[in-house]
Amino acid sequence: MTFITAISKEVKFMSDIAKQIQQPKESWLDKLARSLGLASRQDVAMHPFRVIVDKEISDLVRSWRFKILIGIIVLTCVGSLYTALTNIGHAVKPGDPGNAFFFLKLFTISDGTLPSFFVFISFLGPLLGISLGFDAINSEQNKGTLSRVMAQPIHRDYLINAKFMASITVISVMFFALGFLVMGLGLVIIGIPPTPEEFLRIVFFIVLSIFYVALWLNLSILFSVKFRQAATSALAGISVWLFFSIFYNLIVKLIARATMPPEMAPERYIVAHRNFILDLLRLSPSQLFSEATTTLLMPSVRSLGPLTMEQVHGTIPSPLPLGQSLLLVWPQLTAIIAITVVCFALSYVFFMRKEIRSR
Amino acid sequence: MAENIIELVDLTKNYGSFTAVNRLNLSVKKGEVFGLLGPNGAGKSTTILMMLGLTEPTSGSVKVCGINSTENPIEVKRRVGYLPEDVGFYPDLTGMENLKYIARLNGIPEKDVETKAREMLTRVGLDEQAEKKTGKYSRGMRQRLGLAEVLIKTPEVIILDEPTSGIDPTGIREFLELIVQLSKEEGLTVLFSSHNLHQVQQVCDRVGLFVSGKLIAEGNIESLSQKLFSNESFVVEAGLASSGNGNNGNGLVSSLKTIEGVTSVLQEELKLYVGCSRDATADIAREIVSSGAELAYLHKKEYGLDDIYNRYFEGGEVHE
Repeated sequence: MTFITAISKEVKFMSDIAKQIQQPKESWLDKLARSLGLASRQDVAMHPFRVIVDKEISDLVRSWRFKILIGIIVLTCVGSLYTALTNIGHAVKPGDPGNAFFFLKLFTISDGTLPSFFVFISFLGPLLGISLGFDAINSEQNKGTLSRVMAQPIHRDYLINAKFMASITVISVMFFALGFLVMGLGLVIIGIPPTPEEFLRIVFFIVLSIFYVALWLNLSILFSVKFRQAATSALAGISVWLFFSIFYNLIVKLIARATMPPEMAPERYIVAHRNFILDLLRLSPSQLFSEATTTLLMPSVRSLGPLTMEQVHGTIPSPLPLGQSLLLVWPQLTAIIAITVVCFALSYVFFMRKEIRSR
Repeated sequence: MAENIIELVDLTKNYGSFTAVNRLNLSVKKGEVFGLLGPNGAGKSTTILMMLGLTEPTSGSVKVCGINSTENPIEVKRRVGYLPEDVGFYPDLTGMENLKYIARLNGIPEKDVETKAREMLTRVGLDEQAEKKTGKYSRGMRQRLGLAEVLIKTPEVIILDEPTSGIDPTGIREFLELIVQLSKEEGLTVLFSSHNLHQVQQVCDRVGLFVSGKLIAEGNIESLSQKLFSNESFVVEAGLASSGNGNNGNGLVSSLKTIEGVTSVLQEELKLYVGCSRDATADIAREIVSSGAELAYLHKKEYGLDDIYNRYFEGGEVHE
């Protein structure tokens, strides 16, 4: 029952957003401005960039594909939360240093039947990103609206920037809503409040997820500029995603087996080989994301590469503080942001150079 | 002397080795309705895109309202309303919402958006369909909505790219009447691109004939067709119900030839083809009726664009 009310709340929340976007009411700012005798927002023209962002957001929220996606994601979250809650009793082992972060387990544990929350996000996030961006530009072109909008007195990059802004806003609102919803439900059901550090870790996890989805969003916007047919660009996006989530790991495994040093090789060779394979794996954005989220959500993770016995010797098995965890995932985070920026820059350049003709 | 509101100087656009627009010089005066006439692929749309700064010319310069379109497209687009060929709208939004979106993009203050959009819809005769989704609009309605969008920014110049393609004849007539009315009432300059001479003839003050990236002739329709069909600008086809009394047929032909401006008369059974250098339809009708023959119909034949530029090339006046 609790789930259902929560979901209906969520749906209502989303539809409220949609309504607000459709009918901008007089805000307190306007009232304040009017009472002070200043010009209210009604008297001044909205900045064209705002206008496009507003329109794009309302388009996204009202579109069927968004409703379907939100349905899938809410369902999986509820499912993973359910497995986490039924198993959380077994997850606590006496003497485990991770026990201090009991609340974070909500996001990470599973009994093997259903993946945990963060695995779901890493799996569905790309799909969300791709589906929000794959027809950003080419559908405008095919509808014949691109040349019409471009004939208005706006800068050309407003359109592509606004499309990105709109999708990112929608994704951020949705992820924060979901994350906090899971937190709230967990709080109600297990009755143990999160510590401030846990809360911060979850917030960082959400921000990271948004960046990760933004990466796929930008990739699909890039395809939407390059390919004229929306179906082609969707397929291109999905195939890149499939490649990295399935085939890339297989290929790396093949390489690993082929280059494996003999069992009796000196330790440094084995470590070097492990590091080499890890570096190969890290070319895939999903690997970067899963390493980063694991570190953020499991404070007991202290290194992402192999550690020798000498390095481990004498360490106290305690969780890392948040600062140290962030430091550990900094390269991953930077890489994700870098790929995002590169994809966006490419689509920006291609879009600016594109000749805009009617249909 | 009216100022030139559109000025193209030596405008050239190359796509690789293909020259879409070739050293084009053109000027359009304020308040004029100018027709850009040419077949598909003649470079009309490319020229229009360059006027709006949507594509960069390879060389030459474009000035609209005294502003260089290549360097300052935003200012040009503020003053120019452009209706693209086969204009598209967001199908999930109503006509009103589509129009309001464009109004906001043009920086119209929020409180005026609604009233202004309503006013424009009424003006183009779409107020009853305002709340209908544009996905359900017919082609003619879309074109009208496009015109409303062009007008909502109160432009100085309107550029219409093939605005009549795909609309039924009544729709075309209404649309053209609307344009003429607007240009007269508001003193707007209209640039109208089309491949249909007949429509251009109805509305335009002056016409530029555009073939494979070049402007091969310019002037008003009369002078253009006089130039191209030096002695036979018009052909009048007359159908007779009966040739009257007996031998009068030959007499009719010779008396028709005496009408001023008539250059040739050809008789086929009950049909007469009269070629003339001026519009002598009325005189021909009078002559036929007074000869005693029964006139069934009289038809002034229009030359299509094909006739015009085929004739132009046949005439050997222009060689590439």
